This record gives sequence, C-alpha cells and structure tokens, in this order.
Amino acid sequence: MRQKGRNKGGIKTTDTRELAKVPSGIKGFDVITGGGLPKGRPSLVSGGPGCGKTLFAMEFIIRGITDYNEPGVFVAFEEKIDDLKKNFKSLGFDLDDLAGQKKLVLDHIFIDKTEIEETGEYDLEGLFIRLGALIDEVGAKRIAIDTLEAIFSGFCNEAILRSELRRLFLWLKDKGITAVVTGERGDRTITKYGLEEYVADCVITLDHRITNQIATRRLRIIKYRGSVHGTDEYPFLISQDGISVLPITSLSLSHTATTERIGSGIPRLDTMLGGMGYYRGSSVLVSGQAGTGKTSIAATFADAACRRGEKCLFMVFEESESQLTRNMRSIGLNLGQWVKKGLLKFHAVRPTAYSLEMHLSMMIKFIEEYEPQVIIVDPISNLYPVGDDIQVRSMLMRLIDYAKSSQITGLFTNLSADEVSNAYALEATHLHVSSLMDTWMILKHIEGNGERNRAFSIVKARGLAHSNQLREFILTSQGIQLLDLYKGSEGVFFGSARVAQENREAASRVIRNEEIERKQRELDRKKRIMENEIAMLKEKFARDEDDIRILIEQDLSREKSVEQGKKDLAVLRNAEKRGSNRGE
Amino acid sequence: MMPVKKSIAEVSCEPGSEPPGEMWELRLYVAGQTPNSLTAFENLKNICQEHLEGRYRIEVIDLVANPQLAKGDQIIAVPTLIRKLPTPVKKIIGNLSNTEKVLVGLDLRKVN
Repeated sequence: MRQKGRNKGGIKTTDTRELAKVPSGIKGFDVITGGGLPKGRPSLVSGGPGCGKTLFAMEFIIRGITDYNEPGVFVAFEEKIDDLKKNFKSLGFDLDDLAGQKKLVLDHIFIDKTEIEETGEYDLEGLFIRLGALIDEVGAKRIAIDTLEAIFSGFCNEAILRSELRRLFLWLKDKGITAVVTGERGDRTITKYGLEEYVADCVITLDHRITNQIATRRLRIIKYRGSVHGTDEYPFLISQDGISVLPITSLSLSHTATTERIGSGIPRLDTMLGGMGYYRGSSVLVSGQAGTGKTSIAATFADAACRRGEKCLFMVFEESESQLTRNMRSIGLNLGQWVKKGLLKFHAVRPTAYSLEMHLSMMIKFIEEYEPQVIIVDPISNLYPVGDDIQVRSMLMRLIDYAKSSQITGLFTNLSADEVSNAYALEATHLHVSSLMDTWMILKHIEGNGERNRAFSIVKARGLAHSNQLREFILTSQGIQLLDLYKGSEGVFFGSARVAQENREAASRVIRNEEIERKQRELDRKKRIMENEIAMLKEKFARDEDDIRILIEQDLSREKSVEQGKKDLAVLRNAEKRGSNRGE
Repeated sequence: MMPVKKSIAEVSCEPGSEPPGEMWELRLYVAGQTPNSLTAFENLKNICQEHLEGRYRIEVIDLVANPQLAKGDQIIAVPTLIRKLPTPVKKIIGNLSNTEKVLVGLDLRKVN
C-alpha cells in the first residue's frame, strides 16, 4: 500500500556507484532522496519546536521494523517513554507491541542540570555504553536519538561535549548503524549547538511556517553527501498514518499524451472541440464571472465521466456536497446516483481550512487513494486568499503535472474579475494560470436589453481544431445548451433579443413567402391568358385557312373552265384538230 | 589502585568507633580503568578519609562490565559519583579533582 506513489517525481533511483541507502519508509521521502537515508551513517534532522522531528525519527524506526525488518532503538532525551507511547498510539503506532516482539527498544535518557556538579574532567562514555547496550539488546540496525542537543543543557564543559559528540558520531559510524539524530533549530544555524558540524553526510531541516495565518510544514534536504537529491522545500503532511512528503514538483515535462478523446457531456461543445471533446489527460480551464455556469460545466463533465463508468473526484471550495448535488438537479443532473455507485467523490473544504501545500497534499492523497480518471477543482480562484500568485501557480502546476502523469483529465474553474465585462476582450487569469491549461473556455455575462445573458467561447484548445464561434450558453432543466448567436449590423443578439430576432425573422419569412406565392399566381394567370390567346389565334387561323383554301379552289376551277372554254372555241373555229393536243 | 577488577567493588572503612553522624553511601560509576576513573577514585577516597572518616561506603560500578546499570541512575558522563545516602540524592560528575566543588556537591562543607 505504502509503496504506491513512490518513484514518481522523476529522480533516478540509487546508482550502484552511489552511497548505499536505506529506505526510511517515510512516504515520499525516499523518492526525493533517491532511496532513503545513507546506510550505516548518521543523519541529522533539525527543526523548530513542533515541526515533526520526533515523528520523523520515530517513523524511521517503526517503518524500519514493520516494512524492512530492521530492529531499531529510539532514545528520547526530552519525552518520557509513557508519553511517547501515548502520543504515537494516536498516530496508529503500537510501540508496546513492537517492543514486545523484541524489535524495538525505547529509552529515556534524563538529564537534570540542577542535580549535577562538575568537578573535573569527564567523558560521555556512560552514554556510549547505554546506547551500545540498547543496540545489542535487539540487534538494532537503526537508531534514533531525539534530541541529542539536550546534553548541552545538562553539562557545562562545551569543549568536552564537542569532542564527545564527534566521538559519538564516529562511534555510530563504526557500528554501521543507520542513525537519525534530531536537533533544535538555531537562530542562524541549522541547529542550536551546531550539530551539523558532526553529521557530514545528510542534513534535513523541517519547518513549520505560518503565512496568512495558515501553517505549512516543509522539508528540505540541505545536504546529502555523495548523492543526488531534490533541493526544493517539499511540503509534508502529518496524517493518521505518519509523515508523507510530496515530491510532486516534476522535474521534466515527460508525460506521454494520448490521442484518446473524452466527451464533455455537452454534445455541442464536443462538436466545437473538433468533434469529440477533450483529450484524455489534458487540463481544462473554465473561467467566467460569478454565476456564469462554470460549476454546471464542471458538473456536466463529472456526470459524463460517471456515465462512461469512470471515477471522478470533485473538489469543491464553495459549496457543500449536498448543496451542489441539489443545485445540479436543476439542470437535470443526478449526481447523487454516482456518489452511491462510488463513481463520484466529493471533497468539499473551505480554502482557508489549510495552506496551499496542504491542499495540494490532500488532493494528491485523495487522488492516490481514489484513483479517479477525472478530477475537478471548483474553483481555483478561491485558493488566492491562501497563497500568493506564484504559490498558487506553482501548486496548480504540480497538481496538473501530477494529474497528467497519471493520465487524469483535470477540469478547473476560475472565477474571473468583474471588471472584465467586454464580451470580446480576452480576460486575464491570475498570473497566466491559463498557460498551464490545454483547453481554455470562457463564459461571460453580456448585459443589454435589461437582461443578463451568458456567452461561451473557446479561447484555446491545444491540438484540437476548435470552433472560433461565440455561442449563447443556456442552462435548461435538460442540461446545458450552446446556441448560435444572431449577428447582424446591430451587433450580437442574446437572450430575449435573440428570441425577438428569431420572431422577426420568422415574420419576414412569412411575408416573403406570401409575396412569392402572389407572384407565382400572377405568373400562372399570365400564362393562362397567353395560352387562351394562342388558342383563339389558332382557331382564327384555322378558320381563315379554310376560307382562303376555298377561294383558291374556286379560282383554280374558274381558270380551268376558262381554258376549256377557249379550247372548245378553237375546235369550233377549226383552228385545232378535234381531239389533237393543245399547242400542236 | 582501585578495585575495579570486580565489577562492583565495595570499599568500606573500618567500622567507626564513634557512632555520631549517619552512614554515607556513595556510588562511583566508571567505565573501565581510564585515567579519569583512577583519578576520581583516588580523589574520592582522599576526601572521604578526610571528611567522613569511618562513616562512608563507596561502591564502584564499572559500566563496561555492567552496562545495564547505567540506566538506573541515568548515567551519561563518567566518572559520576552518586550520593545515595544521606538523602537527597546528589550527583557529581568528573574526576573529582576540584575538591572544593566536590565538597559543595556532597554538602560536606558544613562538616568542617
């Protein structure tokens, strides 16, 4: 279980040429150190009060026993054994049980200066003997000394103490035991009494810083001789199962990108995004002013993911789970059913509940536990009161990187500043959070005609042939709808203006149709008239033709008879032979 | 030469002829026969002889031989001298060469 999540973060694991290392068993720590603490050498863990030094030391011992079968010794200078047992029981470590198995020895070394008089030279052989006896008691491979510096308050002769400390660390090294020594942070030094002088191999500082009334725990490896290590300050958490360090600043942009696409839950939006929705594993930013429907887009996406049978982690900073579920019912989303089926999980928390790093840590922890395919953060802008721009950006970058490396699609909403109300101006996100995102969609209020309407557009979609059109964004009881805008000389129409325009267009269409019909009828009529006339003419012509033909025939027959008359006359006059041909 | 060959050595003075004053029980923790151990033992003996004639018992514990005994009296530095009796328990560390401090530490000053 605890192995999970290790070896993320891109640091190479131990090279054989490097120092031999012992896994501490502290979640995440072994990743940033590339394997753990230097084997057989002492390491120094320093920090102020309440920063988790004792827990670090104790967890090192306990994980050694439970995870790596290395018996351990815990020497406390400050806390009584009974108190230790009680404190660690609340963190789920049963020290009595381990001690009973002869794998753990706890000892409390008590120094009270008031009852000690120094009367000459001395050394700390007594301490060595005690430690030696404890180590031999269980054959320990690990030892934790918390807090060694207490001896400085117990003895006056610093010269002796220093030479004895040097001897102690050499002695620990000779024993080949992996040691964690804790020290109190000094004003200007890593530890109050300069223990770092003696522990040359590995120095770790723990810090508990408060910014804007919110505390963050951080861990930093100041030095680690002979080893590559992460140099950042890593936030860490103290939770029910101990410390978890989060090495989530990825060192490279090496995540593989899939070409798989997943639907947004809004068919029209999928079309606008080149037909099939977002890329799996991409990051999506939805920004907009208050009440523009960012959460609705997010919830629709969550719903779509659950419909595909994927798991979705919904992190809300503004509403409670039940409030969000109720509200989303108004756009026809039944998120409750997915929660029941275990496909949807809410993590609703006030942004100011913890620090940014803690938020990030919690998110990563939830993601590791729940293993969702889709995460939603609503809204990221609520994190701004908690940290400054750079911190929020860095946190989001790490969250996105983490999500991408796990092929998790992330949808983030961002509340835009109210000043940006021009529909066509590209709004600025805080410190260009948008550049971290693959797809960026903007929702805007458009005021006019005595109403507010919402306009939706895609600003960018890396690797997607997306639509450049503005759409009107409408929330209906059946879900989200993206409608075409009416654009004309008078501008863009939204809402009721769009409806009015639709009506106007419908009316003018009716008029146009009537006109066409009228003209058609006119044409028909003309055609009929023309045809009638043609018919009449034809009839007249036929009549005329008959008349003329009769006349022609009459003429012809008259001529014939004249001709015959002439012939007869000639015969009569004997000018022609009877019966001979005419013309002879 | 101090008798630390035995792990726990007891050096008692002759039973005192004068009964006054209570018995002093002193325990000296050492770690092997180091110069400091030897010096401490010598110094302790001398001081006792001088100030507690006949009223003291010294127990020398060698932690090298009995490491587990270090825990009871919370021994870190050696040599450490513990005044078990009379109460309250007093703890003195070092080779006891600063006699003045030893006397203060053992509350022996008023005796003289």
